[in-house]
Amino acid sequence: MNKSFSTYETAWCPGCGNFSILKCLKTALEELGKDPHEVLIAAGIGQAAKTPQYISANTFCGLHGRSLPAASAAKIANEGLTVIVNTGDGDSYGEGGNHFIHAIRRNVNIAHFVHDNQIYGLTKGQSSPTTALGHLTNAQADGNINHPLNPVLLALAAGAGFVARSFCGDHKHLTAMMKEAISYKGYALLDIFQNCVSFNKINTFRWYRDRVYYLEDDFDPSDRTQAMIRAMEFGDRIPIGVFFREDRPDYHEMNNILAGKEPLVDQTQDPKVLQELMMELV
Amino acid sequence: MFNILIGGAAGQGIDTTVSILEKAFKRSGYFVYTLRDFMSRIRGGHNFMIIRFGNDVITSHSSKLDGLIALNEETVDLHRDKLKEDGFILCDSSLKGNFDAIRIAMSEKAKDLGNPRVTGSISVGAILKIFGVNLDNIDDIMKAYIKKDYLEINQEAARFGYDSVDTKYPHTGGRFKDHMLINGNQALALGAIAAGLKFYSAYPMSPSTSIMEYLSRHGVLAGVVMEQAEDEIAAINMSIGASYAGVRAMTATSGGGFSLMVEALGLSGMTEIPVVIANVQRPGPATGLPTRTEQGDLKFAIHAAQGEFPRMVIALRNHTDAFYQTARAFHIADKYQIPVILLSDQYLGDSTSTVQMYDMSEIISRAPIVSTEEDSDYLRYRITDDGISPRRIPGKGNYFVTADSDEHDEYGSITESANVRRNMVDKRMRKLDGLIEELEEPEYIGEADCDILLVGWGSTYGPIKEAVKTLNAENENKYGALVFGDIYPLPTRLLTEKAGKVKMIINIEQNATGQLAGLIRETTGIQCSSSILKYDGRQISGEEIVDRLKNI
Repeated sequence: MNKSFSTYETAWCPGCGNFSILKCLKTALEELGKDPHEVLIAAGIGQAAKTPQYISANTFCGLHGRSLPAASAAKIANEGLTVIVNTGDGDSYGEGGNHFIHAIRRNVNIAHFVHDNQIYGLTKGQSSPTTALGHLTNAQADGNINHPLNPVLLALAAGAGFVARSFCGDHKHLTAMMKEAISYKGYALLDIFQNCVSFNKINTFRWYRDRVYYLEDDFDPSDRTQAMIRAMEFGDRIPIGVFFREDRPDYHEMNNILAGKEPLVDQTQDPKVLQELMMELV
Repeated sequence: MFNILIGGAAGQGIDTTVSILEKAFKRSGYFVYTLRDFMSRIRGGHNFMIIRFGNDVITSHSSKLDGLIALNEETVDLHRDKLKEDGFILCDSSLKGNFDAIRIAMSEKAKDLGNPRVTGSISVGAILKIFGVNLDNIDDIMKAYIKKDYLEINQEAARFGYDSVDTKYPHTGGRFKDHMLINGNQALALGAIAAGLKFYSAYPMSPSTSIMEYLSRHGVLAGVVMEQAEDEIAAINMSIGASYAGVRAMTATSGGGFSLMVEALGLSGMTEIPVVIANVQRPGPATGLPTRTEQGDLKFAIHAAQGEFPRMVIALRNHTDAFYQTARAFHIADKYQIPVILLSDQYLGDSTSTVQMYDMSEIISRAPIVSTEEDSDYLRYRITDDGISPRRIPGKGNYFVTADSDEHDEYGSITESANVRRNMVDKRMRKLDGLIEELEEPEYIGEADCDILLVGWGSTYGPIKEAVKTLNAENENKYGALVFGDIYPLPTRLLTEKAGKVKMIINIEQNATGQLAGLIRETTGIQCSSSILKYDGRQISGEEIVDRLKNI
């Protein structure tokens, strides 16, 4: 069986960070030995959310902000699928902010790759939930006055079992982080710094490159408090890597209908069940 | 036929008392029909339930009472005017007020028994005795509603009540022993299970919540994953995601939640992923009357979401319909790969009725999701003559299943081509041709050739049926009625045929604007002559329809 993933011509701007993310996604999936026919790439709406269009896999391009619930449920229905949500900061932390928090709580075994360029690309340059204070945009003509969200810190506070950050300019690191997130059993957040060549002239490729550094080899990713302290470093130096990782039962293991059974999609119903339920009502 | 009202404050255990009582009447062989009238509060206020029972099939509640069981004085004040001449009031001896009543020292006895909450069980025993029903089944029935530790004193309480009164109406008949006693929400949930439901996601909202509770309680047995979503937007997107992955999925809510689901309704239309959505209606707009009933969402359900795509709307008429039509909704959603909306309401959802055991052989079993074409040629959105493209389960073979909320080509890739757009819209809309062939005509009730035709939809079916029977017995004019179940697309054959022969058409609806009349006018050009509209949050009864027709 051909286990390589094909990629297709894209509609992204030349120089966009998404190209690297797509390339690393393909590499990560192939290095993990995934069969494209058993992979589901889901997304909402945005430039990053076009990712599923450009790779050979099962795809679900849903509504803006709503890919997490759809992807989580697809995984609940068929545990055999490797489910990856590839979408942007606006989709994940803005329109879909509520789902982000609850996807963490639900802990379905999916990987969530957020292409975080701190700006809205598809709608041409408005502020996103991660845009820096004072950033001038066409919609924030006096500069952004809303405090930027720290998604890594938020995910840690919400109780996520796997939280990591990477940068599209570091292919080796990004591929490694993707592989770890996909292999993690449970909801895994990977926030990916990504430059937007057209609409973010502040957080450029160079801006990120000059700031990111690896969490130390002896950093202990099982300590949530330490992870939160490190997540708050967001200035001249910004750490990347796995902030937190904890092994615990995922949704399937906690759910009595799914735990230890064949995937829901393959389960068959005993025809006697209805009779039993009706007898209860006599 | 008898009709009794049990009333008191929220928190006095009326629901448990009535659930035990109605089951005891049913097990004795009576047909039972119970209306539940709640306030949106946990303690205090005034709640009541009306149990109507007897040896005939009952399709509507009634407000002419044979008995009034008052757990507080307010109940007497509010409802004594509905008592028939020979009706009785049953209450605790401590109740103040100058009225004739069967008074039992319920609170005193409850105190003796060591739990003030057993007064409800004392009244159960007393009422059963009044209607000549023995206590043979009571121990077994109580097990389902009362915690083990409290079972014994409740049974003792029932026996005390039983011994405190005399039989006033001896028991007769008894042919409904083997029937079920079920509410509309349970019937809907059972219909979904019968159709092979595997995934249900919802956010709690009255009056739909008991569906999720029922599915959660029986999830392991029925093999249904019930996931409480963070909001209704997540609920429907989860159902669509699960359906994409190949399992039958559903969500239910009320109007407010349905409003939040609207964008995803269009997602189902665009991606052609089947989903069943139940809207158990309550009066709106906004928060409205959370625990009351209305049929205000018909036009909303028909028109919800931007753009144009085929959908089906089925109104549930009674407790039998709720089961079979829910099961059918899954079949239609799957067959045409469309969203199907079920319209129920608080009246149907919360009321209980006696129904025959459902017949599984009448359920269309699920066709496997398969495609005969080669894996390598598979196109999720292939243009076909009937508009239905081959659907497959992702992860089960060497093909890719795509879904895109953007306009897309046959593969499922985003496109802005004018030509593809036109072809895809046409393909999706062609599914309507097949759907229209499947529509079920409204049920006709009454004299074959009538002078006055009543039209209605959904849960007013029972009250309209009772009204037509009364009208034809009492009037010179001959009455008939068409009550729609399938309501969008609107089946028009029977309506057109009847409309040409009658003197008057009167629409009866639980809304303020006559939405069915509007839909009929839009679809057929037929104009209703007059309307009976009710929008106070309380269901119209058969008697009320008869009364209001006198003024037309």
